[in-house]
Amino acid sequence: MSGHASNEKNTAAPWGGNVSPFRVSYGKLMMWFFLVSDALTFGGLLVAYGYTRYTFSGQWPIGEETFEALPFLGNGYPLAYVALMTFILIVSSVTMVLAVEAGHRMDKKGVIKWMLATIIGGFFFLGSQAWEWSHFIHGTHFGSVELKDGSRAIVKGSFGEIEGFEVIQSGAHGPAKGEMITNENISSEEGDLMHAFHHAAEQGHLEGSAGNLKIHLHDGTLAKVHKAKDENLELLVKEAGTKYAVSLPSDPETRITEDEGSVDKYYAALTRGDVIYGANMDQNEYGPQQYGQFFFFITGFHGFHVFSGVIINIIIFLGVLKGIYHKRGHYEMVEKTGLYWHFVDLVWVFVFTFFYLI
Amino acid sequence: MERDDVYEYSLDTHHSEEEGKKVRKKIWFVTLLLTVVTAVEVVLGAMVKQGSSAWTTVKVLFILLTLLKAGYIVLTFMHLGDEKKVLKWIVLLPYLIFIVYLMFIAFTEAMAVGPAM
Repeated sequence: MSGHASNEKNTAAPWGGNVSPFRVSYGKLMMWFFLVSDALTFGGLLVAYGYTRYTFSGQWPIGEETFEALPFLGNGYPLAYVALMTFILIVSSVTMVLAVEAGHRMDKKGVIKWMLATIIGGFFFLGSQAWEWSHFIHGTHFGSVELKDGSRAIVKGSFGEIEGFEVIQSGAHGPAKGEMITNENISSEEGDLMHAFHHAAEQGHLEGSAGNLKIHLHDGTLAKVHKAKDENLELLVKEAGTKYAVSLPSDPETRITEDEGSVDKYYAALTRGDVIYGANMDQNEYGPQQYGQFFFFITGFHGFHVFSGVIINIIIFLGVLKGIYHKRGHYEMVEKTGLYWHFVDLVWVFVFTFFYLI
Repeated sequence: MERDDVYEYSLDTHHSEEEGKKVRKKIWFVTLLLTVVTAVEVVLGAMVKQGSSAWTTVKVLFILLTLLKAGYIVLTFMHLGDEKKVLKWIVLLPYLIFIVYLMFIAFTEAMAVGPAM
């Protein structure tokens, strides 16, 4: 028996060889193991996020206050954009599972159709994330300010449009006195009016008060800022100072309103240069530094997974087009890339809840 | 003797037109469910402010809804529900043990390090 067993396989026992004890192929099993380890990575990141958040009290940014902008429509739509992103990813997960289903029926045309839809959905998600990052990095029109008592506040309201800078004192190569600098004739060094205004505020190159602001431009030009009045300007204190306590999201009374001098306090901070616009690796206008870092790392790592998912989908899609899997007699490769794609969706479900909702 | 614990590879799992219809019906049902749950989450998130009296309940609800969504994605879209029981547990159990343990450690520590929420 034992002497000539080399080509005899014990197919009757589950672990005897030639059969899969788990009823799945080697490739699929390894994909599952990879996904478990990848899920542990994301789990670790989200737990680290939760840990850091727990160690801060009221200062941690709140999803519906931070993410409330829509492309073309501006601010005031809490969570609408991330909800759209979530929906895009769910739909592309659905088209993927439909491709797998078509593969089970050996329906090549169906697989092509649904995989193409999945790839397009993936690109839509990546594009949305690019916009989201760009918006996060550039920040709001108001930015966040440090008040005189050392407290830090984010700003809500609608920012009055900047109409132009009227030159008071001409600079090195700027327009002459009395002329108006607008978005049409502003120097390329300044970019546009909003950019010039933000830059001057950060550098402490603004002076005056709300209705009467003066700006120092790069070339030494001193100009009067023509700007529409801001509306409903409210300060939400995120970090307490000696005078102001942290504003509670559930209680609008704890915000600093216009009646309580929010406009003057805001522009006083702006002329002191105590303002942060947007986010980078050192600081961000939304809250603690770690918040920005976790945002970049977790959504970035997830976005990287989406990106590689799209690439893998494209490779498999080309294989489907060439008919490789049809000749093979099964579409298991589509199933395997599908597993990875669903996993990406799965991770986003958790990121959505713990980063944006809670 | 026929044994029912010996399985062939799943490489050639095919199904017929009728079975396909059933599968697709389930897929569309899960799609609708995931979309509705997400919509409910967004509306609740925008309406109920953090720190209000309803917030704790909503927070727990968010986590439960997330687990519901995750369950449907893993069991239906990733077909883990159709796999053998032993594979299901080999995938889920190590993960659950590690992550629950990690959460326990991290949150206990966080409450010792910083102010509790």
